[in-house]
Amino acid sequence: MLRIEPAVAISDRRELTGLSLSMFRLSQWLASPRPYLMVVGFALFLGFWYMAVEVWKLPRFEQLPGPTAVLREWLSSNPTYGTSIYTSDYYVDIWVSVRRVAIAFFLATALGVPLGLMLGWSQKFKEYVFPVFELLRPIPGLAWVPLAIVMFKGLETPVIFLAFLASFFATALNTMLGVQSIDESYLRAGYCLGASRWQVFRHIVIPGSMLYIFTGLQISIGVCWFSLVAAEMVSGQYGLGYLINTSYITVRYPTIIIGMVTLGAVGYATSALVRLVGDYMMQWRVRELALGGQS
Amino acid sequence: MLQPIAKPRPTAPRSGALRIDQVVKVYDPDGAAVLAVDHCSLDIRAGEICIVVGPSGCGKTTLLNAIAGFHKIDSGSIFLDGELLCGPGRPQAEPGPDRIVVFQNGALFPWKTNLENVAFGPVMQGSLSVKQAHEKARSMMADAGLSGTENSYPGEISSGVRRRVEIVRALMNDPKVLLLDEPYRALDSLTKSVMHEALLEIYYRNQVTIFFITHDLEEAIFLGHRVVIMTSRPCKPKKILQVDIPHPRRYDVLTTPRFRALMDETLEAVHEEAIKAFVAGEREG
Repeated sequence: MLRIEPAVAISDRRELTGLSLSMFRLSQWLASPRPYLMVVGFALFLGFWYMAVEVWKLPRFEQLPGPTAVLREWLSSNPTYGTSIYTSDYYVDIWVSVRRVAIAFFLATALGVPLGLMLGWSQKFKEYVFPVFELLRPIPGLAWVPLAIVMFKGLETPVIFLAFLASFFATALNTMLGVQSIDESYLRAGYCLGASRWQVFRHIVIPGSMLYIFTGLQISIGVCWFSLVAAEMVSGQYGLGYLINTSYITVRYPTIIIGMVTLGAVGYATSALVRLVGDYMMQWRVRELALGGQS
Repeated sequence: MLQPIAKPRPTAPRSGALRIDQVVKVYDPDGAAVLAVDHCSLDIRAGEICIVVGPSGCGKTTLLNAIAGFHKIDSGSIFLDGELLCGPGRPQAEPGPDRIVVFQNGALFPWKTNLENVAFGPVMQGSLSVKQAHEKARSMMADAGLSGTENSYPGEISSGVRRRVEIVRALMNDPKVLLLDEPYRALDSLTKSVMHEALLEIYYRNQVTIFFITHDLEEAIFLGHRVVIMTSRPCKPKKILQVDIPHPRRYDVLTTPRFRALMDETLEAVHEEAIKAFVAGEREG
């Protein structure tokens, strides 16, 4: 955990907001050993991959493309298997996947957060809706594929729908737990101070469940990618899942790895973005943590 | 905290008298009725600091929650300045800014700055604009020695300071009664002594009625005009002790013979109840 020296914290903390605070944190991070340990971790992983595949040719690894082969293919202006950073198809695949995830995640959040808030806030609403919700939630995304294709026209909407579903359940459930986790005294304090039921909802319930909501969104963006790739492998055209699947069928092994690594990077980026938005919206939490959780 | 303590306001406050009349509260969580409060009657004068002590789980908090309007009573009635808060035909009082609770574990909203917390009441009630409320909050915080903490979040300040912010948040609404439920339970004894003098100072300036629950007998006698010792469950007054040490008080009264004598008197009564509660195996709460 990042621990700011007390002297710095007291003099600077209150001045720093938004971007300058982020820059401050970045400089603290760079001054700590953490980024360098991370680099070592990556080096060990890539080193093992290289040795296992290209030098030792270990059983089970001998069929795999090694890191140099993947890198050569990836950076080649004239790739053997047709996909590299110089081919426009690569970017079409990335863009199509990102767009699908963005739409699915946006819809899941826009519907899941209000549903979760309602479930947590109104006992009556919960009694109507939650049993149905809990019955639908464990159904794996892939089981929805036939229905999705029957329900939605075209190739695009079924894929988005499948990515949406998993994401939606994760968000709604965590939001509900967030509302339920709010300490009763906050609500009581609100009423004591003269807030109406709506004001308590707006000023206590929503911000009070924010921590859980963003935990939910972290999970949600993850499962969104997960089901998107599964859906792209089953149906749909373009997209990173589609790229991986067609590369497998057409025996383009380095391209599979390119697709996988790209998914990892793009997935990480979207996840980091969600975290960043969360930190921005919960400055109070960030500041508490910066003090080392002192209370 | 060594500034001279403000003189009590000469005029006695006209409002904030609480009358608890034959209140009964039964808990019935799983079919077996538990009598928490049994025909409890207590008159709290306007502007009085009334301290309630009693064994853990005796039902003191139940009484406080009934006054605050957090739950129903089963019979009896509670009046504030002659007006019915709850009673026949109205089992639960409406929570409102005339009776504000300061909670045991603190209930400052961690997602609002201290200033926003203090300004919360008037802004919600619409009695002040956000700007006016912030101005008033700033000046009240300055009066309570809380300047410089306005833009911090509650998670960034010490628990003692947090408790003071919470009391100022309550006072922003000119409440008739402050209901404090063991507010200093979690504080260490050094911080506690500072908090006691700070609370008295706030009290001398505002003369609000204070209903204060505690386990700490020293705290009880140091702060209170009267100390009400409750019986073990069901809760009702066993003994009411007049603390005849004149206000304003400072921490040096703790060593006076009179204070020790009052301590002994209270201790005896409380100890008896504590043993009863222990034998009955009440859950702490």
